[in-house]
Amino acid sequence: MNDTQRIVMTGIGLTAPNGNNLNDFRKALLECKSGVKHHEVRYMGKQVAGMCDFDEYKYQSKKLRRRGTRAGSVSIYCANEAIQDAKLDWQTIDKSMVGVYIGITEHGNVETEEEIYQMHQNSLDWKLWSPHHNPRTVANSPAGEVTLNLNITGPHYTLGSACAGGNVGIIQGVQQLLLGEVDLALAGGISESSQTFGIFAAFAAQGALAQNEDPSKASRPLDKNRNGIAISEGGCIYVLERLSDAKKRGAKIYAEIVGYAINSDATDFVNPNSERQVQCMHKAIKRAGLTVSDIDIVNMHATGTGTGDVNESEAVRAAFEASEKTFVNFTKGHIGHCMGAAGSLELAGNIPSFVDGLVHPGMNCTDLDPQCDIKNLVINEAKYVGNINYILNNSFGMLGINSALIVKKYIG
Amino acid sequence: MADVRQIVIDIISDIAPDEDVSNLDDAKSLREQLDLDSMDFLDIVMELRKRHKVEVPQEDYPKLATLASCVSYLSPKFATV
Repeated sequence: MNDTQRIVMTGIGLTAPNGNNLNDFRKALLECKSGVKHHEVRYMGKQVAGMCDFDEYKYQSKKLRRRGTRAGSVSIYCANEAIQDAKLDWQTIDKSMVGVYIGITEHGNVETEEEIYQMHQNSLDWKLWSPHHNPRTVANSPAGEVTLNLNITGPHYTLGSACAGGNVGIIQGVQQLLLGEVDLALAGGISESSQTFGIFAAFAAQGALAQNEDPSKASRPLDKNRNGIAISEGGCIYVLERLSDAKKRGAKIYAEIVGYAINSDATDFVNPNSERQVQCMHKAIKRAGLTVSDIDIVNMHATGTGTGDVNESEAVRAAFEASEKTFVNFTKGHIGHCMGAAGSLELAGNIPSFVDGLVHPGMNCTDLDPQCDIKNLVINEAKYVGNINYILNNSFGMLGINSALIVKKYIG
Repeated sequence: MADVRQIVIDIISDIAPDEDVSNLDDAKSLREQLDLDSMDFLDIVMELRKRHKVEVPQEDYPKLATLASCVSYLSPKFATV
């Protein structure tokens, strides 16, 4: 394939509840260091959640942080870190050919809840409703804040795709590069959902909110004693380029994106559909021109809910039945569910496997649910595999959106 | 008697936390001395209402141009709060 038709990842900027750059994040994943802690939630009190502690003012003034949103703040941090990591000479880049594509689960709940709360505290005086509410809550807001911060004049928008957002943002970046709409894409996913009360209360109402005296043990995907989702925030944005451009500037190349798929269950608002998940994974593998046996690592979506984990385990077993060498892991035991960031962040956590040959373990699965038993499942301890060439990352979301993304080790 | 000058400075410090408000010239336009835009002035109006129940109608916004004009315009309002 022509190098202009091959898309590579040349920069990674991230913040996770257990690390604010790729090296720290990878180390935490290999060492089973949790980022889930106790967090005070309005009205509900102490809950388990994964909060990020990156420096909000590293790339943004205090004034613009105040005017903007937490989602924008996460996005700005990740985008700047990715650009620095990619060693781009930002001054000389044609900003009109840079696109910003950010996957989100939802946006605007944090700001809307806060306005209602403030109004409620002030005798329902509606004139206290902030003039910033509209620019803060329009759906393109996190991506738009990145363009304001970095003086990018190319396209920007968010991809509303529930918890598949991280993968969907990357896929959009790939497609826009292939179409020639942009020469550089800042693409990935972010979430600030753990800053809202509503998402905690809704998962609690669903009986799907993780609880544990020890917050580091609350998120337990595939474990018999799992009791729901640990809600987290986070972000991961990649610099994506055509291989021809990356080679021209001698860029470090983390991986090549060789396959992807997005499909819909068309069955239920919240319950997943294993058959569609299998179809999604197989479609991505077919697009990459591979067979299931070529995939070295599958990173599961695995949220820690009763139904979700059983369904996805069934799907992964079925999809990879023909492969003896595919290892399977998950990331939410360490960091909880980073929602719109989950796909891109969890993929980033696995990319160093191309270099170190290790599969990071899924954490907190100490008593494996037999319904979630999967061949070559890596839990609680990292496994050295050696040569790893392909990683498939699953991310699924409500309303039945499924996504699978395949990246390949780049050998120059 | 409320220290209106200090009240306004406190609000500006919260709205524009990167700015140095220690040596403001009371007679000079606030926008000349600080990086403030029209949205910041809306925030000042909002904070006066939220914190001190002082209402500033839209036609009076120009009266918040300098610290001195803020004091002379807002002082009677604070006196009646």
